[in-house]
Amino acid sequence: MIREFCVWLAATSFSQQIQNAFWVIPTVQIVHIVSIAIVMTSMAMLDLRLIGIAGRRQSLEAMADRFLPWVWVTLIVLLCSGSILIIAEPGRDLQNVVFWTKMSLLATALILTATFQRVLHRNKGYWERHRAVAALLGSVSLLTWVGIVAAGRWIAYVEHG
Amino acid sequence: MIKQLLADIEATPWGTAVRESTWLFPTIESIHVLMLVLVVGSIMVVDLRLLNLTSRNRSVKELTDEVLPWTWTAFVGAAITGTLLFSSSASKYWGIWQFEAKMAMLALAALNMGLFHIGAFRSVAQWDRAPARPPLAAKLAGGISLCAWVIVIALGRWIGFA
Repeated sequence: MIREFCVWLAATSFSQQIQNAFWVIPTVQIVHIVSIAIVMTSMAMLDLRLIGIAGRRQSLEAMADRFLPWVWVTLIVLLCSGSILIIAEPGRDLQNVVFWTKMSLLATALILTATFQRVLHRNKGYWERHRAVAALLGSVSLLTWVGIVAAGRWIAYVEHG
Repeated sequence: MIKQLLADIEATPWGTAVRESTWLFPTIESIHVLMLVLVVGSIMVVDLRLLNLTSRNRSVKELTDEVLPWTWTAFVGAAITGTLLFSSSASKYWGIWQFEAKMAMLALAALNMGLFHIGAFRSVAQWDRAPARPPLAAKLAGGISLCAWVIVIALGRWIGFA
């Protein structure tokens, strides 16, 4: 069924227009990777702070207020640019196991980040009182984001439909 | 002479290994991407502060002391992985204008950073008292750096389409 959907999507005029304009895919990929730089660095800062090895001069709350709005806004840009890349080459992504691995890791990362933010605001001081939990969350989150970036690059190297 | 040098680079054990392996290139490239996003992302944090757009309640000196060690660490990682990728097909990359332009942009970013360090940053203690307002020279350095690094990323990605 995914195969038929990919064939249909690739035949739409939107997809055709993108495929016929040589500059669209490289340009959108550039926007995508600059956005990843913003999200990845923001999350790395926050996760390293949670683990306790960076940014300790600032409170966790100040750090989260500084970086999380950038993460959420830039994720919208990533969603848009990523969608255009899928529409341009549906089979490359939707029929690719690495793409779905990346999406699963992304879902995990988003749940972890949203949970962190919710606890931070609803239960003041929780992360300061539970250092081990904070360090664990930071480590898992950081590894998940590293996996997302690596999987993103590997999409291009795997056999797909 | 340059041709011979490029051929020698390709013939190094690491150049040969990356070229002949199916998985080494994408693996090293993934690490390269990870390192470069951290380099550029962390530099953006500093540049936006110099432009007085973000982290305004923080001292510039404190911020750079905190962020730049991470930037340099990631830069070393990006430089090593970049060299390995280049070695796999040195003579091919040398002739691609996107690659040459990327190297020129990196040099510009380095020059800009050097000028900032011997210029506006030397008097940071004077303009860094809260609320710190970076002088025009510092704002300019931040703006040039921000543009240069985004162009470095753009050209780097573009090499893959050349």
